[in-house]
Amino acid sequence: MIKLVYPKGKLVAKTGNEVMAEAMRQIEPDVVAAYPITPATEIMQIFSQFIADGIVKTEYIAVESEHSAMSATIAASAAGARAMTGTSSQGLCLMWEMLYIASGLRLPIVMAEVNRAISAPINIHGDQSDTMGARDSGWIQIYSENSQEAYDNMIQAVRIAEKAKLPTLVTTDGFIISHCMEVVELYPDADVKAFIGKYKPERYLLDIKKPYTLGSIDLQDYYFEHRLQLAEAMKAAKNIILNVAQDFKKTFGREYELYEKYMLNDAEIAIVVIGSTAGTTKVVIKELRDKGIKAGLLKIRIFRPFPSEQIAKDLAHIKAIAVMDKADSCSGAFAPLYSDVVASLYAAGVTTPKIVNYVYGLGGREINISHIVNIYKSLNKIASGQQKPSTTIEYINVRKTKHSLFYKCE
Amino acid sequence: MPVKMIEVRWHGRGGQGAKTAALLFGEAVLATGKYIQAFPEYGPERMGAPVQSFNRISEYPITIHACITNPDYVVVLDSSLLESVPVTYGVNKTGKVIVNTSFSTTKIAHKLNIDASQVYVVNASQIAIDTIGKNIPNTPMLGALVKVIGNLDINGVLEDTKVKLTAKFRHKPEVIDGNLNSIKRAFNEVKNK
Repeated sequence: MIKLVYPKGKLVAKTGNEVMAEAMRQIEPDVVAAYPITPATEIMQIFSQFIADGIVKTEYIAVESEHSAMSATIAASAAGARAMTGTSSQGLCLMWEMLYIASGLRLPIVMAEVNRAISAPINIHGDQSDTMGARDSGWIQIYSENSQEAYDNMIQAVRIAEKAKLPTLVTTDGFIISHCMEVVELYPDADVKAFIGKYKPERYLLDIKKPYTLGSIDLQDYYFEHRLQLAEAMKAAKNIILNVAQDFKKTFGREYELYEKYMLNDAEIAIVVIGSTAGTTKVVIKELRDKGIKAGLLKIRIFRPFPSEQIAKDLAHIKAIAVMDKADSCSGAFAPLYSDVVASLYAAGVTTPKIVNYVYGLGGREINISHIVNIYKSLNKIASGQQKPSTTIEYINVRKTKHSLFYKCE
Repeated sequence: MPVKMIEVRWHGRGGQGAKTAALLFGEAVLATGKYIQAFPEYGPERMGAPVQSFNRISEYPITIHACITNPDYVVVLDSSLLESVPVTYGVNKTGKVIVNTSFSTTKIAHKLNIDASQVYVVNASQIAIDTIGKNIPNTPMLGALVKVIGNLDINGVLEDTKVKLTAKFRHKPEVIDGNLNSIKRAFNEVKNK
């Protein structure tokens, strides 16, 4: 039988979207504004049913676009409400300018995001191009490997956002997690509500006793200082995230950090990856460890703020590292996660690991055991000096010639 | 030695409930105390188009998130798919294929070009018409799958399915009994001959 981690918890079989909606039901924000988009639609569909059924008292604002969804959420948050939204892909793109306004105004909005490719060509499947594109927007970004993490991350996100005064998004991999039913342990409503607590904003526009100005013009004289404060708030958020995680562990028993180390401490070769592929990688690591190969994994949970100092320490002893990006910056150089990992190591004076950048899974392209086995094989050769690390991005499971016409999932 | 994870692939046509079957099956197996995954393959969603869905069952937490390429069990909701979809793709010598058909195991095995010992048949469409009143073969095939897998608790599955259907069809109680009877009948009638 499956053991509960939290004695008062309840095991259910639910998809990523369903548990995100469950978390929102338990959080019961004051205001939600959202616009439907595949594969995130279900979250708001289920949540709006909770409202229609009178289960939650949230004010739901039906808007005509994601730009308006984010605008309405910003307004609600500025007015003093606990406000949430959700979206994916093109929807996040349409929110773009408002994302920066949410963070610039330091509004603790929480967003349920489902990672999906960006058009063109049009594609509804999962890759992380959407949120990677928003990496510089001043939002805290929390990624989930599975539905349990999506649920736990949503609950923690509320406290993180409100303490850091930074908007926070929680993601799952589109379809792979959003539409995959898995075993999830849910906690009782009252315990979740007690954990997140009541929202008491320090300042808010509807507080007529303490009027203040929000969103005023800020030129050469002060803009830079305010942007510096935002950057510092992002840096300070690392400790806030860790503190919330500690309290979460104390309360519900599940352990979270900025990233997860899986068999990493004594590893000689390692993969750094974000999201559901970390789970597949764990299966491969178990097989390799049985054969005596010291393989490990570093799974990024928090991508913004980026845990640079900590990562540099934990990867310093690795001989060969593969950094796997489920997004391509089209930078003519490297993809986002690789760039951050390499910069973090170099800045900390860690220059011994050989590091290769892999881009995988764009538009939902399959990434399976055999692909990951091949990466570790390659890392083994690099670690032992038999192979030189690639100096450019290695693309996995993609046709590179015009002659191989058919793609088959195998 | 850990027990091997069980992987299932469902083949159906859009509207036959292949996705619902995988989800119901997943939930029911969780109720018997095992870890599960249930997920559909997303493609063009059109009534009648070939669709697939998948299940994983394990005694241990399931962390893999990738396609199922070598299923231990294949469930075919619509025998016309045998003409157009390679339903035995990736099925190895110990894999089993369960088909909704009125034909015998031997005939289906011949058509699929695999050993008859690997083929199970049940007339799920007829069972659905008799019990539910419509040709919706997904719930009877769920019963057949439970039988063929062998080590699952059919009563646990029935109990959980009843709870789920009661929540979904609270205004149509006759649908609930029909579905439960269809599961029981297919569980008893699925055969390897």
